Amino acid sequence: MGLTLADAIAPPDGSGHECQWTLNFGPQHPATHTTLRLVLNLDGEVILKATPDIGFLHSGFEKLGEHLDFNQYVTIVDRMNYVSPVANEIAWHHSVETLLDIKLTPRCQMIRVIFAELMRIHDHLLACGAAALDLGAFTAFLYAFNQRELINDINEWATGQRFHPSYTRVGGLQRDVDDDWIGRVRSFLKGFPAAHADICRLLNRNRIFIDRCKGIGVLTREEAINRSATGPVARASGVVRDLRKNRPYLAYEAIDFDVVCSQDGDCLARYLVRMEEMLESHKIIAWAIENLPSGPVNSNVDDRMVLPNQLSVYRSIEGLIHHFELNMTNRKWQPPVDEVYASTESPNGELGFYIVSNGAPEAWRARTRPPSFIHFSLFPHLAEGHTVSDVAAILGSLNIIAAELDR
Amino acid sequence: MALAKSVAGCDSLIVSGFRDNVRLEVPPAASLEALRKLRSHAGLDLLVDLSAADYLNYPNAVHRYGIWYVLESVETGIRLVVKTWADDPDPRVDSVFDVWRGADWMEREVFDLFGIVFEGHPDLRRILMPDEFSSHPLRKDYPLRGDGERHNFHALSREES
Repeated sequence: MGLTLADAIAPPDGSGHECQWTLNFGPQHPATHTTLRLVLNLDGEVILKATPDIGFLHSGFEKLGEHLDFNQYVTIVDRMNYVSPVANEIAWHHSVETLLDIKLTPRCQMIRVIFAELMRIHDHLLACGAAALDLGAFTAFLYAFNQRELINDINEWATGQRFHPSYTRVGGLQRDVDDDWIGRVRSFLKGFPAAHADICRLLNRNRIFIDRCKGIGVLTREEAINRSATGPVARASGVVRDLRKNRPYLAYEAIDFDVVCSQDGDCLARYLVRMEEMLESHKIIAWAIENLPSGPVNSNVDDRMVLPNQLSVYRSIEGLIHHFELNMTNRKWQPPVDEVYASTESPNGELGFYIVSNGAPEAWRARTRPPSFIHFSLFPHLAEGHTVSDVAAILGSLNIIAAELDR
Repeated sequence: MALAKSVAGCDSLIVSGFRDNVRLEVPPAASLEALRKLRSHAGLDLLVDLSAADYLNYPNAVHRYGIWYVLESVETGIRLVVKTWADDPDPRVDSVFDVWRGADWMEREVFDLFGIVFEGHPDLRRILMPDEFSSHPLRKDYPLRGDGERHNFHALSREES
């Protein structure tokens, strides 16, 4: 048997260290947002050692992934990073489609790009807003949530659900978007820059915010790579790596945007990178919504990978049979007996799925590469030497989503 | 991938590919040395993912557990999947903690959910499941449904806590 948590927590040793004490931070603490626990060994207020204790939200998602088929499991991956649900769905189905070798239609790719970028804004608004909230800046949080509400409305309009849309399907989407949805996205795009500027005005030159973020939790470029950091956390440390550019998927190759990086690697840099990334996402959506290709959203229905639409199920015998085949437990897909890793740039970092398939319509193993999990393992490294009050700043800048952390 | 093969410097390697993945299969005895060389000589400096699967009753499977390392070069973007294996009754492989610190929690997770021991890991304890938990839930012989394990954990009273 391995070690236990009690072994990992250093007891305050006796002589000359009377000031050392142990603080339990969480699992129910407002700055942990959900449930995660930190055991902090402190000397006065200085953190000597931080021992994260996670698993409070473990609910066996990956085990469920071995028992639900490729379309059903999308409702579970939704609930991993519930701050950017559609980004998880896109990542999951990106891996499934790589396994099944399905080519998406141009319209589907573009709609997924728009959703992925909306989710990036959605996620970064929460990350930046809540990071500020934890440091006492309440107004920026409200401004951010105001905009998130509009994105929830866009979700609802396209999918019928605000938080867990389960929008993607193998080889396509649950349904096509309509002109009203495009109008909603356009009006969001119109209002967003002003709201973004408001948040910037509230925080970027805010003395208290900067004093509490600058130089706190510094992650060097070498350590970022060594410790597998990805996404905005790595880019804030000067790692120029964005899967949308490095390994283009969907329609990203055709879209012009910049990868935002910083060299400071501290909490402020992570905040600033996220704020800038939102403007890049805005640029991407603005281009994509004006260049949305027409045509079907589901790839070729005849190859029996994609659910046919309602009309053809109800009005044609082929559609009915086809729908039946994709839903009967002994039919569905017949993927190759092989395994594949495919990943996307989710708002939080690299979100990949390693799917092992035994030829059944369920994955044999559906491994999630969760960015929150990797980033939280950075926490002891970032927090040591700082004070208790910096814990909130560092946690906020890493944007840990406990449901994804524990799965 | 001839480069990777020569860098890894091991005779018994199997190179395979599927879609855009290139895989290198390395026996567990040579895995640590091969991974160390892939990092230092082939520039694969980012450990993107490390996890495992249980191949119990998997078609044509030879070994019970497979462990994979997804490596990537930050400079060039080259990606390589390195696979190794472990078997019952005492599944163990060498830890790559010394090569990538990012492997810390990923190896703990595999230890927790599959019971594969990573030799050389300085802090190998359960991460998602509680310390007292006795089985490894992602193994294929662990059931999806059942009465659960709740009876194994008694509720702490305020006095006991």
